[in-house]
Amino acid sequence: MTAVDLSTSLAGVTLPNPVMTAAGCAAAGRELEPFLDVAALGGVVTRSVTLDPRAGWPPPRMVETASGVLSGTGLQGPGIGGFLATELPWLVQRQARAVVSIAGESLAEFAELARRVGNSPGVTAVEVNLGWPEDAATGRDPYQASKVVNVVRRDVPRGIPVLAKLAPVVHSVVDVTRAVVKAGADGVVLAHTVPGMAIDRRTLRPALGGVTGGLSGPAVHALAVRCVWEVHQALPDVCVVGVGGVRTGYDALELLLAGASAVQVGTMIFHDPSSPARIVAELEAELSQRNLTRVADVVGRAHRPEGELS
Amino acid sequence: MTRAATGPVQVTGEVLGVKRAGAFHHLTLVAAGVAERFRPGTFVALTVGGDLSQRLLRRTFPIYRARPTGAYGGTVEVVLATGDDGSDWLSRLGGGARLDVLGPLGRPFALPKEPVTCTLVGGGHASAPLFGLAERLRERGCAVHMVLGAATETRLFGALEARRAAKTVIVTTEDGSVGMRGSVSAVLPDLLARTSTDVVYASGPHGLLHAAAEAAEAHGAWSQTAVETDMPCGTGVCQACVLPVVGEDGVTRMVRACTEGPVFRGDRVRWRDLGTVPSGTWGAPPPAPTGGPAR
Repeated sequence: MTAVDLSTSLAGVTLPNPVMTAAGCAAAGRELEPFLDVAALGGVVTRSVTLDPRAGWPPPRMVETASGVLSGTGLQGPGIGGFLATELPWLVQRQARAVVSIAGESLAEFAELARRVGNSPGVTAVEVNLGWPEDAATGRDPYQASKVVNVVRRDVPRGIPVLAKLAPVVHSVVDVTRAVVKAGADGVVLAHTVPGMAIDRRTLRPALGGVTGGLSGPAVHALAVRCVWEVHQALPDVCVVGVGGVRTGYDALELLLAGASAVQVGTMIFHDPSSPARIVAELEAELSQRNLTRVADVVGRAHRPEGELS
Repeated sequence: MTRAATGPVQVTGEVLGVKRAGAFHHLTLVAAGVAERFRPGTFVALTVGGDLSQRLLRRTFPIYRARPTGAYGGTVEVVLATGDDGSDWLSRLGGGARLDVLGPLGRPFALPKEPVTCTLVGGGHASAPLFGLAERLRERGCAVHMVLGAATETRLFGALEARRAAKTVIVTTEDGSVGMRGSVSAVLPDLLARTSTDVVYASGPHGLLHAAAEAAEAHGAWSQTAVETDMPCGTGVCQACVLPVVGEDGVTRMVRACTEGPVFRGDRVRWRDLGTVPSGTWGAPPPAPTGGPAR
């Protein structure tokens, strides 16, 4: 087996490996403790933290679809106060690299969230949830998205990357990326869930309490690969984090090859809580068996012309 | 890294056998480490469909029996109902089939410190976790009575076993095919009074749990109710299996059945408000000022 250097750069911050959890799929990390070592992952992205506590949408909140999950929890959580008092300190104490996802309902809320998260010790990066609420235009409209990123970047200290998590179903994900990078984003996370809907076979009514929800899981993996590919092709210097239906080490490698510097594992955590750790090991094996020795060398490699393989 | 000795484990389980039990199936799995940690009321979360499955969510089942040692190593047993494609897939498995097992998960039934009188109420196959509970209660010197209810005879589970597990057994069916015709709520007040029950334990559909909690309350007994609901992950990460429960501070919160439950004090669950986020819940939007729907 060839030895592999799994370390990667997340907009200038070195991670020991490129596999993180995805926002909303690992709560605040603690629930995974019986199943994996959170410090052994590249990072733990928290569920999106809101300013005030939120009870979330009424159930049912999740429906199984073919190779995917349709969900709408309405960002249930303790709010920034509760998060900073208990959840973040736990991640820091466990030596996890905490990437804090924030979701505001206004520019003022985003600014306050950014300020309070930015002033807290132990934050590795801030992820701006621009794909929520599911019906909002924020993550789809370059102008709105850049305004949010602008206020967040202003209040997060230099050295802590601000990542913008974008919606995949847009006119041009490249245009939105260009706008948020111009507004100060250090990288983009591609991509958010896809709006979807299911109807319950017994009640013949919408299956989710919130009617529509976000589709995630292996069903959207190819969509994520395409988004990462397009952005890396147009903007090769922008740090991209790939997320969408990563189930195996090869799925993670695929996103890296398309141009991602790191990947996130989301829905598969519902299926298998130890999957992020397994995917780290599988990714290492995928690279090793191809005699690829550094993650850094495979980022965007699929864009190279045929024949130019080393 | 350190892992709590009492926490859940994730292991590859192997099917030892699937047997029919009335309208249900009784699945026995070899799963190392689960039985040692088992306490009545906890559950396992199983993958369905095999390695190539397009079905990603776990199916959760209360543990019926757990044996730490046996000819094949530690085993756990669960009872499957039909109707869900994942459970149906599990019921068709043959011996030797492998699947991923998480467990034991969730909070167990709280056990009394004193040798008190307990009435255990089960609905359909959800009575499964009550038999292990009855055993633990008897070990503590508790008197155990049981009420089992179902729509019809084939949907009763454990009626014979109940005769060994409990001093008094009452069976009710909606269609009168066996036992008393009607629901368990009709027989509970009299049984609780007659036996001077101190604690009611219930496992079944929400209606049964609500009735058991109300009967306990009216009689002045404690109640412990194990809720039956879809738990997509079983580990607390997905936030989907929530229900409104009143905390010790009197505040209603949306809490996860898989992590804060599945066993709750019956008087804490807002049974009439299941499926909603009641107004006044911690973090709920304030009521809309003028007629319009709250966001």
